[in-house]
Amino acid sequence: MRCAGIDIGSRTIELVVLRNGEIIENRQADSGFDPLTRAKKLLMGVGHDHIMATGYGRHLFELSFDAPTVTEIKAYGIGARMLFPNVRTILDIGGQDSKAIALNEKGKIIKFEMNDRCAAGTGKFLEIMAHALGFGLDEFGTEALMATKDLRINSMCTVFAESEVTSLVAKGENRREIALGLHRSVVRRAVGMLKRVSFDGNIFFAGGVAKNFCICNLLEEALEQKIIVPRDPQMVGAIGAACLAGKIR
Amino acid sequence: MSEDYKSMWESLELDLKAHDALLEVLGKGYQDIYLAQKNRPEGMGYFDFVMSEVHGLRIRELLDEKAAGQKVIGSFCVFVPEEIVRAADAILVGLCAGADFAGEEVEKLLPRNTCSLIKSAFGFKLGKVCPYIESADMIVGENTCDGKKKSYEILKDLVPNLYVMDLPQVKSAEGRALLKAEFVRFKEAVEKLTGIAIDAKRLKKGIEIVNNKRKAIYRLSSLRKADPPSISGLDALLANQVFFYDNPARFTESVNKICDELEKRIENSEGVFPKETPRLLLSGCPMAVPNWKLPWIIETSGAVIVGEESCVGERGTRNLTDDSGTTVDELMEAIIDRYFQVDCAIFTPNPDRLDHIVEMVEKYQANGVIHYGLQFCQPYLMESMPVEKALEAKNIPTLRIDTDYSMEDVGQLKTRVEAFIEMLK
Repeated sequence: MRCAGIDIGSRTIELVVLRNGEIIENRQADSGFDPLTRAKKLLMGVGHDHIMATGYGRHLFELSFDAPTVTEIKAYGIGARMLFPNVRTILDIGGQDSKAIALNEKGKIIKFEMNDRCAAGTGKFLEIMAHALGFGLDEFGTEALMATKDLRINSMCTVFAESEVTSLVAKGENRREIALGLHRSVVRRAVGMLKRVSFDGNIFFAGGVAKNFCICNLLEEALEQKIIVPRDPQMVGAIGAACLAGKIR
Repeated sequence: MSEDYKSMWESLELDLKAHDALLEVLGKGYQDIYLAQKNRPEGMGYFDFVMSEVHGLRIRELLDEKAAGQKVIGSFCVFVPEEIVRAADAILVGLCAGADFAGEEVEKLLPRNTCSLIKSAFGFKLGKVCPYIESADMIVGENTCDGKKKSYEILKDLVPNLYVMDLPQVKSAEGRALLKAEFVRFKEAVEKLTGIAIDAKRLKKGIEIVNNKRKAIYRLSSLRKADPPSISGLDALLANQVFFYDNPARFTESVNKICDELEKRIENSEGVFPKETPRLLLSGCPMAVPNWKLPWIIETSGAVIVGEESCVGERGTRNLTDDSGTTVDELMEAIIDRYFQVDCAIFTPNPDRLDHIVEMVEKYQANGVIHYGLQFCQPYLMESMPVEKALEAKNIPTLRIDTDYSMEDVGQLKTRVEAFIEMLK
C-alpha cells in the first residue's frame, strides 16, 4: 500500500510517499501564489492509494481532492516519532509559524504552543532580516556564525526589528554581529515556547529553519543539550501525514 | 431590512450609509455562521427573526415604549442591576459591541492597544451605527477594568447622559459596602430618571422578571449536558447574547419553548452533532454580537461548545436574586448579595472563578477548556496563565487563545483549535 502525505506550507510544499513504512518518494516545491496548482503539479505521476493533507493549505486541498486532513501539529508529532521513536519534544519553525509540541511516552500530544498571528521568531522573520542585511537566506546562518560577538536585538516584531537593524547598520555596526543577534532573538523565543510546554528528554528540531546551522548551534547552547535535526527537516509534516493516511480508512 | 425603518434611523441620527454597510456585513456573517448550521432546533427561528430585526423591529418597540413614557437605560456590564431598572418600568439594553467599526476615528480617542470590546463600543458611537446607544435615556458606565473606566472619561463628552457606577475590586466587607452604596445611588438615579418611586412591590416585580429570564437560561444550559448535543454552542451563545436586548417576558417564553423542543430531541437521542463529539467549555472574556469568530471556528472543527464561563454566559446569569424580602431594604440587600458573587477578573484575588470553571467542566462533561482572552484585556489575560496551570494540574486539557475581532488570524486559530481537538480524541 502506498500512502502519501502532502504538507502545504506558507513557503513550501512537501510530498512524501510511504510503502510499508519506507519513504519511496519525496518531492518539494515552492508554494508560490497558487499553492493548489503547485500541489497538483507536484502530485503528477505519483501513484498512491491514500493521501492526507496537512499544513496551512490543507483545507484548500481537502476541497479539491476530497482528502482527509490533519493539523501540522499532529503531523509533526507523528512524523518525528516515525523518524526517532523516543522523541518527546518537538520544535518546528517554519515559514510563518513556530510550534513547540510535547508528547507523552506513547507519542500522544499532551501540550503545544504556537506563535500567534505575527511572524516574530519564524522563517519569515529570518528571511526579511537576511534581506535587510544583504545576505542570501542560505548563507545567513553561516555568516552569523562567523561573528565574534553578537549585538542584542530587542525587538521581536519583524517590523520593529527591521528598523532596529537599519539603525544598527547606520551606526556602522558589523553586519555579521547583527546577524548573530537576530539569530539569538529567534532562539530566545523558541526556548521560551519550549519551556511553556515543559520539555522533556530529546528535542527534535524540524521545519525549514532547522536547516540553519546557526540556529541549531545557538539552540544547543541555550538548552545545554544536543538537539536532533533530521536529514530533511522540512519533510517531517508530510511524513506524518503519510503515516496517518494509511491508518484513517 | 424594510424601508420603513429608514425614517426611524434618521430620527436617531444614524449614518445611514455606514449603517447599511454594517447591516450587510452582519447579515452575511449570520448567513455564513448561523444559517449554515445543520439540524438546528426549530425554536431558533425566533432568534433568527430577532437578529434580522435587531436594529429594526426591536428599536421600533423601544421607541414606542419610550413614547408611552418608559425610559431606556444602556449598559456595558453585567454588574448593572437590571432588577432596579425593571422596578421603575424602565428597559435595560446591552451596549457591548462585537465588531470593529470606524477604527480610524476610534484611534483618535483611544490608544491602539485598547481591547476590541471598548474600541467597538466607541466605534459604534462615533460611526453613528448603533440605534441602542442613540435610543438610551441613560448610559451606565462602570469602573471595572482600567481600560473601561478611563475610556468613560472620554465617552462622557460623546454622549449627553453617561452615569458612572463605581465597583469594588476586593470581596471584603468594605467592598460589599461600596457596592451597596453604589446600588443605592443607582436606584435613586433611576427613580429620578423615571419619576417613579421604587417600592417593595415594584422591586419584587423587577426581581421576578429578571429571575424568570435567568431560570429559562439555566434550563437551556442544563439541557446542554446531553450527548449527543441537542443544540450547538453557537445557538446557545446567541440566546445568551439576546438576553441583553430582548423584551424579557418574550425572551423567557421563547427560550422555554426551545427547551421543550430540546427535551424531546434528547428523549429521541437526536443531536446537532454526532454522539461523542468532543465537548469544550469556553472561558474568559465576553462575546458580544456579532463576535462569533472563535465559536464558529470551534464548531466547524469537529467539537461542540457545551458552556460559556463568561459575562455573556454563566458569569452573567449565575445565581438568582432572593425575592423573599418584604421591604425595599431587604430586597436591595438581596440584590447586592447576588451581584457581589459575580466572579469578574477585576476582583483580586478571584478564586471563585477557577472553582466555577472546574464546576462547569464537570457539570457539562467537557473534555477540555478553551480560554478566550481578548488581546489587551489585562484582567482576563493575567488570569489565563494561572487558570491554565490549575486546570492542567487537574488533568483538564486547556488551550489559551488571545485574539481580537479581526479575521486575519482565522487560519492560525483554526490550526490551534483543530490540533487541540485532535489532542482530545
